[in-house]
Order: sequence, then structure tokens, then C-alpha cells
Amino acid sequence: MRKMKLVMVGNGMAGVRTLEELLKLAPDLYDITVFGAEPHPNYNRILLSPVLSGEQTVNDIILNDLDWYRAHGIRLHLNKKVTRIDRVRRRVYAEDGTEAEYDRLLLATGSNPVILPVPGKELKGVITYRDIADTDAMIEAAAKFRHAVVIGGGLLGLEAANGLRVRGMEVTVVHLMPWLMERQLDETAGRLLQQSLEKRGLKFLLPKETECLVGGAVGRVKAVRFKPAPGSAPGEGTEIPADLVVMAVGIRPNTELAESAGLHCNRGIVVNDTMQTFDPRIYAVGECVRHRGVAYGLVAPLFEMGKVCANHLAHMGIGRYAGSVTSTKLKVTGIDLFSAGDFQGGNDSEEIVLKDASSGVYKKLVIRDNKLVGGVLYGDTVDGAWYFQLLKDGQSVADLRDHLMFGQTHLGNTGHAGQNKAAAMTDAMEVCGCNGVCKGTIVKAIKEKGLFTLDDVRKHTKASSSCGSCTGLVEQILASTVGGAYAPQSNTAKPLCGCTELTHEEVRKAIREEKLLSIPEVMEFLNWRTPNGCATCRPALNYYLVCAWPHEAKDDPQSRFINERAHANIQKDGTYSVIPRMYGGVTNPDQLRRIADVADKYRIPTVKVTGGQRIDLLGVKKEDLPRVWADLAMPSGYAYGKALRTVKTCVGSEWCRFGVQDSTNMGIELEKAFDRMWAPHKVKMAVSGCPRNCAESGIKDVGVIGVDSGWEIYVAGNGGIKTEVAQFLAKVKTREEVLEYCGAFIQIYREEARYLDRTVHWVNRVGLDYVKKRILDDHEGRKALYERLLYALQGEKDPWQERAAKGVARHEFESLSV
Amino acid sequence: MTRVETEMWVRVAALEEIPRLGARVVKSPLGDIAVFRNNQDEVFALRDKCPHKGGPLSQGIVFERKVTCPLHGWTTHLDSGQAVAPDEGCTATFPVKVEGGEVYLQLERP
Ligand code: SRM
Ligand SMILES: Cc1cc2nc3c(=O)[nH]c(=O)nc-3n(C[C@H](O)[C@H](O)[C@H](O)COP(=O)(O)OP(=O)(O)OC[C@H]3O[C@@H](n4cnc5c(N)ncnc54)[C@H](O)[C@@H]3O)c2cc1C
Ligand code: SF4
Ligand code: FES
Repeated sequence: MRKMKLVMVGNGMAGVRTLEELLKLAPDLYDITVFGAEPHPNYNRILLSPVLSGEQTVNDIILNDLDWYRAHGIRLHLNKKVTRIDRVRRRVYAEDGTEAEYDRLLLATGSNPVILPVPGKELKGVITYRDIADTDAMIEAAAKFRHAVVIGGGLLGLEAANGLRVRGMEVTVVHLMPWLMERQLDETAGRLLQQSLEKRGLKFLLPKETECLVGGAVGRVKAVRFKPAPGSAPGEGTEIPADLVVMAVGIRPNTELAESAGLHCNRGIVVNDTMQTFDPRIYAVGECVRHRGVAYGLVAPLFEMGKVCANHLAHMGIGRYAGSVTSTKLKVTGIDLFSAGDFQGGNDSEEIVLKDASSGVYKKLVIRDNKLVGGVLYGDTVDGAWYFQLLKDGQSVADLRDHLMFGQTHLGNTGHAGQNKAAAMTDAMEVCGCNGVCKGTIVKAIKEKGLFTLDDVRKHTKASSSCGSCTGLVEQILASTVGGAYAPQSNTAKPLCGCTELTHEEVRKAIREEKLLSIPEVMEFLNWRTPNGCATCRPALNYYLVCAWPHEAKDDPQSRFINERAHANIQKDGTYSVIPRMYGGVTNPDQLRRIADVADKYRIPTVKVTGGQRIDLLGVKKEDLPRVWADLAMPSGYAYGKALRTVKTCVGSEWCRFGVQDSTNMGIELEKAFDRMWAPHKVKMAVSGCPRNCAESGIKDVGVIGVDSGWEIYVAGNGGIKTEVAQFLAKVKTREEVLEYCGAFIQIYREEARYLDRTVHWVNRVGLDYVKKRILDDHEGRKALYERLLYALQGEKDPWQERAAKGVARHEFESLSV
Repeated sequence: MTRVETEMWVRVAALEEIPRLGARVVKSPLGDIAVFRNNQDEVFALRDKCPHKGGPLSQGIVFERKVTCPLHGWTTHLDSGQAVAPDEGCTATFPVKVEGGEVYLQLERP
């Protein structure tokens, strides 16, 4: 079959991005021809500023080298400007006569810099700032001449001025408006910016209007003359010397070609939401277009357009471009500036302003109807991306208001976020260790399947769907891949799951206050959206019920994960493992003999010492479990549950020459006291007999360390996915106090943490101070907590003996046959 | 009542022996079959192997007409044996019915 022919005019950022997207979706659909007026393959125009200032070279900023075009079979005509489109015969013609036939035509001609209509504009040494040629001309001029004048105090003008200054010129910026970057900054930020640029040696004349450019002997510009200030006598304008004049006063969509072909243009090639022009065979993307009355001058929206356009070129027919909200950053090294949305505000909006003149920080956030609608950050822009997100989401910031100004980190993000390292990773680097997913796969899925949320990424790639430690990283990859289109989930009001809009806290409150005693009651009372919930909410609800109403709520085995339902750990082959309790890690010949006998009798393939100081029997058939338990005659170790796991101990003062406390027996006491305890997640403890800490108390949910004068209690450690060192909670004297303090801590965790929070996640959210207040300052409260825990545990039966001796839940272990 | 002869239904259990929102495993000459019962007392029979990596679906959490596998959390439609999108895969289904409180399974197709 003959391939369709696609011709692209304009070899710049928007066009080539569209081709990239297209090649991913439909690599073989088109025979592609590209015309570019510049002699270079596609390069990153944004980075011309660092090239000008000497921080990068032209080679550094090439995005797609010639090999890329070759590898994708793209016919590339560089240095050829297309001058005519014959829409009837569907052909385009370049200046030199080169022609190409198309079935689809893509216009991506960018924009042209505006040239002020002042006398002298055609003099030598007067240039604009748009492409590599302009940049080269500036670099060359800087080597030879002294005086530069930049007309225009916007983003581009300032980047040009800064680059020329770095290259040694004396630079004056002339601006028509009263302050710099007035389209992105309010007056305060504009003045701060001017001050710091002045400190770097730039001069400013503003507000000032250029009258003409004065030529010298060799036809080169010599000076810039200004119009007199209003009210002054004629002829009073000033003049400053200039060997180089850069006009950076704005851009105008390049519609020349489209207009000559009779396509509808109105300060931009007019396109619809699928990036089609008025001729359905002709698409347009980038700065040359006007979409819903807006023409954009930043890359993020252009990339979004490219994505939609590619989708339609690939005949997928989904996706519409609905316009973009943009934000701005100035790329002058050492100056941090961010601006987005409606930063001016007005009578109907409120402003939160922070100004710290000494450190040069200024922040203004504009809020309307409880939503962030705009902002300017100067001097400290770390939270720019977050604000921009809030702004785009139109999320209510009512609850965040008090902290809004202090940024996202201040909200106590409990994720494993970490610093932004996603950008620095290569595609081959592994992101999700659980599911073996590398960055490239995630990026690919995001782009190809059009994913925008963390949930989507989890569903499609499995990354971050297991232990979750890579969640922060996946979010960063998502953010950097889809750019501003990424909508992070709010940390504060995340619903329990898709079956409800209520948060964990709201659900727990209702269970407590309405005395709800079963899952169906909860679902009915809280208007659950689904008839029987899902695998996310049911286990959580079951725990919340059992925790709030011990001995009263109905425990529902069908809402527990298989491990807790079967009281053993399922293995990958469907067999189970059995880990009996060995309180404090202490055993005896009798127990060991029984374990050995059981292993023989039931042909258990593996017997292993666990990392938790006890013994694991692996590979037990499900139907054998009750008899294995009966023969072992040891209590369940709860190695399968969101429950108390092990209490590791060291030998302690009984034997060890350094031991100052009897850690072994303290551990046994704790394990016996809190045995059979369900919790939001597993709870691990350890007791060491001296600060050498051989039981690793420093990375446990609750760790106890014996010292000469008593016991130190550490909490919220974690040795798992992300190792967290436990924090010091209290020092106590007696064994009773150890039990009470540890018990009280565990009970607040049980009552207040979200299901599947380990202690560290919960403490990070509420803060250790809160925990201390409840346990150290409130003596009555501490005792009451401890009492509630003991009440909950009172009379709890050992699940193994119940099943082994009394036949509880027999159906679980017996299979049927035909 | 006449029954078409080629239909070979075998009784596997009383409905009450399968927990609501749960399952039982039936050992059969064709391998393990998971027979599920949902909250509406509908029953479904699937090969007891998850479309992902063969995990025992009978051990999963049941809701509506779906089951979430205990091993890695894929969800499978009980009526069709198809994995819930975007996951892809399928496990075999078997005809199953309830009559007079008894659950019957058809193992050989006519
Ligand atoms: C058996 C054992 C490995 C061993 O052979 O030594 C083990 C085995 C499993 N661990 Fe572990 N962990 C074992 C000690 C540990 C330890 C060390 C310890 O307890 O001192 C840790 C780090 C300490 C900690 O938890 O802070 C540990 C951190 C984890 C984690 C990460 C938890 C976290 O919050 O970061 C998981 C995943 C989870 O729970 O979601 C996990 C999960 C698992 C599971 C349950 C995976 C699963 O879902 O099937 C493994 C079950 C195997 C089985 O069927 O028996 N295991 N696991 C250890 C049992 C100890 C015991 O006697 O109870
Ligand atoms: C110095 C500088 C700094 C910038 N900094 C930022 C920034 O920090 N952040 C940001 O988001 N944006 C920035 N921009 C803007 C950004 O570079 C543009 O928005 C983007 O490059 C526009 O992409 P485009 O494909 O629409 O146009 P272009 O990249 O301009 O590509 C259009 C191409 O088409 C060619 N062409 C035009 N007509 C024809 C024809 N008839 N035949 C053949 N070829 C033709 C042109 O020569 C050009 O190569 C900056 C721009 C400049 C100049
Ligand atoms: S036992 Fe723990 S560390 Fe080992 S493979 Fe299983 S989960 Fe991973
Ligand atoms: S085997 Fe079922 S989810 Fe992996």
C-alpha cells in the first residue's frame, strides 16, 4: 500500500515534537518530508540564552540530529524556505524550486520577532533575537564592540542583555513601560528584578520610547535616540551610544505562507481543537497558530498541541486541545523568578504577600473564591511548580491557606518524595524495584497511553503499585513528562478509595460516633458508591471497625486479605508458610523437636530462620494447616498480619558481659502483653540490653534500649522499604512503665493512623510533638490509652488453636472435589 | 422435567458451603476450579489461576462480579474470566448453576 505523504513546513520545536509523537503512535503511516528555513536540524530555542551567555554551545542544544531524521526515514530540506502552497494540487514549493506533494500538510512556522518601525531599523548592527544566526551575530558583536542597547525589558530582552553583559559589553535596557516584564510581574517584583540586574552591571532606562536609530560612517548603528518625555520641550530627547541594538519587543505569529495560500488567519493561523486549519488536510501547531483566540509564546502549550495533532494525524481521533495556562521563569543564572496566572489581582481577589527585603525574597499569591488564580515569586521559587499545579487544578485552597505561603514541604508530605532526581535518571534506570519497571517504560506508557495521574501509571505499568516507596519518583517522572498537565493528588483530602469520597479520618469518625458495627452498616450509612466495596476499602473498614469496637464489631473474614483469613502467608505457588511465636526469640529443645517432627510429617520443603528471630516453615499445603498447627502446639506468630509481629531481643544482662538490663525478659513480656493485636499495619518491636543495641531497636516501630538507670523508648523506626531511624520518645525507670508507654504509643497509632500506614508514616504526618503531648504530658490520657489497648486484647483467642482444635472456619482449609 | 442428555452437570456443594463474597476450591480432573459466590448469591466458576501469573483466585477478595487476586492485586471479572482493564488476560470459565440450593458444575462441554 502506498504510504500517505506528510509534509511539514517549519523545522522547529513544535513541529518536530509533533513528528516525534506521531512516530510513536504510527511509525509507518506516513512518508514524511520536512522543510526548514534555518540551516540547522531541530534545536532547543529556549537554550539560546545560555548559548549567548557562554554557558552552553550550539551543539549542546541540538534536539534531533541529522541521524534522527535519517533513522526515521524523514526527507529533510534544510535552508529551504517554503514560499507557496498549491492547495488544489496539494503541493508545496520552496524558494529554490524544490517541491513536495502532500496528503496532509503540517504548518509549524513559528513566529517572527517584531521590528519597531523606527527610522534606522535597517542599519547594520540592528538585530532581533530569535535564532542561532541572531545569537552568533551577538556573540560576534560582543567580541568587537562596546555599547549594546536592548530595546524591550521583557523575558527575551533581559536574557539577551544579560548574555551580552556576560560577554563583556556595556548594556542598557530600554523599556517602554514603568517596570520590567510587566506582563509577568507586578511592580514590586519588577523593581526587585531591576535592582538585582543593576547590581550585576546592567543599566536601565524606563519608561522610555525610542525615536530613531542613528547611523554612523560605515552604515552601522551608532546611537539610539529617544522621544522627549511628555511635557518637555521639543528636541530635548536624549541619545545614548550603541554599536549593537537588539530589538526584543515581542513576536508575531508567522502566517505569511498560510495567508498566501488563502487559509483563514487572524493574528495567527486559526485552528480548531484538533489543530486543523480551515483546510482539513492542513494542520498547524506552535507559535504560528491562534487557538480559541490565543496565540502562545512558550513551549509547554506547543507540546500539548503537538500531542493532540499527532493523535489526529495518526487517525486515532481522540484528544482535543483545550488551551493552556502558562507560567514563566527567567533563565538568568542566579535570578529566581516565577510568574503564573492572574498575578495582578483586583478588587474581587485577595492577596497574600510576603516580602523579605534583606534576603531579597518577594512572594505574592492571588486568591479568588478560595482558589489560587495567580502568583509571582521572586528570590525563592522552589514552590513554583506546586503553586502552578494548584492554580491549574482550580483546587480549593481554603484548608491550605495558612500554610500556603510556606510551600508544599511545609504541609508534612508523608510520601517518600525526596529530592527531584527523576530528571537525572536515564531511561534504563529502575524506578520500581518491586515490579522491575524502569524509567523508560514509565515515560513510554505516559506518552503513548496518555496517562495523567499516578493511578493511571500504577494501573498501566505497575510502577509504585506495590511497596509504594517509588511513588515520589513516579510522580516526578509524571510531572516532568506531561509537564503542567500533571495533576498530583492532594495529600490532605485523598478519599479512602474509589468507592467513596470520604477520607480515612471521616470514615473512622463516623464508625466511632455512630457506633457502626459492620461493613454493610458503614457502607449504607456513608452512602458507599459500590454495593460491596473493593479490595482496598473492605480490609480498611474491617480494621477500623475491629479497632473502634473491640468485642462488639463484626470481624469479616471475607474482607481480610488471604493471609489474615488463613492465618498463614500465601506463597507464590499457592502454598503457605507457618511461623509460630517464639516469644523474644527464645526457644527450647522441646519446641525445636516439635518443629522438626512437623516438618518431617508434612513433608515441608523449607525450614528457615527468619530475620525476626524465629523459624519459618515454608511450603505447607493449605489443607494441612490446621493439623500442622495442632501438632506444633505453639501460638500463631502473626507473621501474616497487620498485627504485632516479632519482639526481637538480645541476650541482655542475664548472660552478656555488657548488658545492663534484662532485655530478653522485657521483650518476652512485651510480646506476651501485645500478642494478637491487630493494627493499621504490622508492628515490630525490639529490646536491647545496652546501647550497643544488638537487637536493632533503632529501626523498629517501638524500640527499647536498656541503660544503667532504666529504659529508653524509641518510636516510629522502620527497617523496611525506606529505612527510618526511630526517634527518642521517653526514658523510663520500670518495666511497668515500659509496658505502659509502649502500649499507649501503639494505641494512638491504632486509633488514629490510616490503614496501611506504618508508625513512621503516621508520626511524620502528625508530628512527634503531638505524640509526646499525648503520652508524656497527659498522664491520665496515657493510662487511658493503655487501658483501651489491654481491653481490646482481653480474651483474644489464639487463631491457630481455634482452627486446629475447634474447627473454626473449616471451609477455608477443605477443598471440594468432583 | 427433561434434561438434554449432553448436559453433564455435577453437584459440587450446597450453596451454603461457599461463603458469601468468597470461594471454594474444587479439585477436578481438569485441575483446580474456583467456585465463587457473591453477595447476590450468584455463583461463578473459573479456573483457579489468575491471568497474571497463575495466582489462586479462590483466595482473593470478592466484590460485585469481580475478584482481586491475592498475589499482586489484579482484578478479574467472574462472569467472563477477563482481567479488568487495563490489565489484559483471561482465565477459563466453567458453566455453573444453582438448583434447589445445590451448586452444579459442567466440566465437559457437549
Ligand atoms: C519471613 C521474613 C524473611 C525471612 O525469611 O527472614 C519476611 C518475609 C516477608 N516479608 Fe518481611 N520478612 C521478615 C522480616 C522482615 C524485616 C526484619 C525484621 O522484622 O526485623 C523487615 C524490616 C523491618 C521492618 O518491617 O521495619 C521486613 C520488611 C518487610 C516489608 C517492608 C515493610 C515496610 O513498611 O517498609 C514488607 C512489605 C510489606 O509489609 O508491605 C515485607 C513483607 C514480607 C512478606 C510478607 C511478603 C509478602 O507479602 O508475602 C514476606 C512473607 C514471606 C512468608 O510467607 O513467610 N517485609 N521483613 C521475615 C519474617 C520475620 C518474622 O519472623 O516475622
Ligand atoms: C531566546 C529565546 C528564549 C526563550 N526562552 C523560553 C523559555 O524559557 N521558555 C519557553 O517556554 N519558551 C521560550 N522561548 C520561546 C520558545 O522558544 C518558542 O515558543 C518555541 O521555540 C516555538 O516553537 P515553534 O516550533 O512554534 O517555532 P520555532 O521554534 O520558531 O520554529 C519555527 C521554524 O520554522 C521555520 N520556518 C518559518 N517559516 C518557514 C517556511 N516558510 N519554510 C520553512 N521553514 C520556515 C523557522 O525558521 C523556524 O526554524 C524562547 C525563545 C527565544 C527566542
Ligand atoms: S522475604 Fe522480604 S525481602 Fe525477601 S523477597 Fe520476600 S519481601 Fe522481599
Ligand atoms: S498472579 Fe494474580 S495478580 Fe499476579
